[in-house]
Amino acid sequence: MDASPSSTDPGALAVSGLGKRYGSVVALEGVELTVGPGELVGLVGANGAGKSTLTKIACGLVRPTSGTARIFGAHSDTRDARRMLGYLAELFRFPGWCTGSEVLALHQKLAGARADRGERDELLALVGLSEAADRRVEEMSKGMQQRLGIAQALVGRPRLLLLDEPTSALDPAGRRTIRSLLLELRARGIAVLLNSHLLGEVERVCDRVVILAGGKVVAAGRPEELTTRGGVEIQTGNGVRRFPQASREDMPRIVAQLVAEGVDIYEATVVRSTLEDAYLELVDPA
Amino acid sequence: MRAALIIARHVVQESIRRRVFVVVFLLTVLFLALFVFATVKAFANPSPFGFGNGNLIEPGQFTSITTVTLLGLGAFASLFLATVLAVFLTLGAVRGDAERGLLQPLVVRPLGRGELLLGRFVGAVAVCVVYVAALYAVVVLVVHQAGGRWPDHILGPGLALCAAVCILVAMSLLGSVFLSATANGIAMFMLYGAGLVSGLLASIAAALGAHTLQTIAHDMTIALPFEGIYQSALHALGSNQTGISRVLVNLGPFGASQSASITFDLWAAAYTVILAVVALIAFERRDL
Repeated sequence: MDASPSSTDPGALAVSGLGKRYGSVVALEGVELTVGPGELVGLVGANGAGKSTLTKIACGLVRPTSGTARIFGAHSDTRDARRMLGYLAELFRFPGWCTGSEVLALHQKLAGARADRGERDELLALVGLSEAADRRVEEMSKGMQQRLGIAQALVGRPRLLLLDEPTSALDPAGRRTIRSLLLELRARGIAVLLNSHLLGEVERVCDRVVILAGGKVVAAGRPEELTTRGGVEIQTGNGVRRFPQASREDMPRIVAQLVAEGVDIYEATVVRSTLEDAYLELVDPA
Repeated sequence: MRAALIIARHVVQESIRRRVFVVVFLLTVLFLALFVFATVKAFANPSPFGFGNGNLIEPGQFTSITTVTLLGLGAFASLFLATVLAVFLTLGAVRGDAERGLLQPLVVRPLGRGELLLGRFVGAVAVCVVYVAALYAVVVLVVHQAGGRWPDHILGPGLALCAAVCILVAMSLLGSVFLSATANGIAMFMLYGAGLVSGLLASIAAALGAHTLQTIAHDMTIALPFEGIYQSALHALGSNQTGISRVLVNLGPFGASQSASITFDLWAAAYTVILAVVALIAFERRDL
């Protein structure tokens, strides 16, 4: 299945015919995926579906067995490609003896940028770590290190962000901060590939969702395209009445009809399946 | 190259600020304290190594033997402690850091993997060479202060120790591409021990004139050239010794019967380059 917004768009990330084998294990097979400039795409799938492998190939950490991954047209394992991307690994660490500010300074230098204190302060403020700039990494909580990881990924003003489970170590407040940050990044025109298990989060912020299963793209589209309408539910004095074939437009008519019949109405809802429902149907039909 | 220097500087900072290196510092202080004590005691005793009543050996020869043996001990300890430092700095440079998630954020930056490896090598070599040179200098000064003697050659042995450390750093970096940090650390100390064994075998073979043993020791030294370079340093420390002094020094644990040839030095340099190239090729192919 092709997970492209359009066939002519070269994309911030363009993955074509991507395959990866680890011995006899097929991690990815014939994956087609494009992330447009300024687009926020969610990548979801079960453990072992190939999400992290795809992300790692996109940033040059893993060599594909077949196919290509390009960042704004540059092959993913080239320096030109790496100049344009920011990456947050699922499992990462920074040296415990470094302060948060020193971690960012090192990455600024490696990104070829000036070790600008202003950019560091801005990034630390963006992830809510201003107070911890001079704190050693080993003295930071896991959540703080996760935020620092996101700040690190933003060093050098990347045009494409590859985020592998960016909210896995965060509390609900931290997750909300990252959600806001993702929306702000999208508003700035930065493309984001968000690899996450948190389907509700993906559904809430992503423009498009790509579902991987067994190393293949099994579904892709806007969240509302992947979810299905489930009719109308009306709470009456005699319990819940369901109208599975009805749509939002049918609701006034149904309500009027029930009122005319003398039924007491307490609540009327248009039912829509969640991304989780759609995901489970595709990945784990049982 | 710029990125390699950034990484090298990072390694130097790490060596200064990581808590684990306090251990190396404390070991160094402990060694120097014991070395000063032993050196003062050794020169205060007219026959520190129990060579008899002086009929066979002149008193001046005792001083020479004591000087060369203490310098040998100092060179051994300097190389050993520098090896500990080199292994600590590099044992997890690739696979270990990748498993801990330290490497990935660096590799996705616009620098080549070769630059990253070169930076790790340059940084570790810079720290270890400064360390071993400083420790060797202190050892020479302590011996001179206590016994009034300088080594037969001062600069050559120091340079040889520095070269031996460079080879050990390259070996450890190569090991880090294939092995986890713990496995690499164990492997490195086993190889270091094997090198010492080859040195002992060479001394025994020379004393006994055992050809087969000499061949085994020679082959081991080819495979682990840091040991040949170290033996060369030991030899240069007392190269002017003659007669019974020479024999007694060579029979001791810090004696070396011969110096490395130019061909061997070239092999040691080529060996280091080969290790670096193999490490680079393996690292380039490695999925992280």
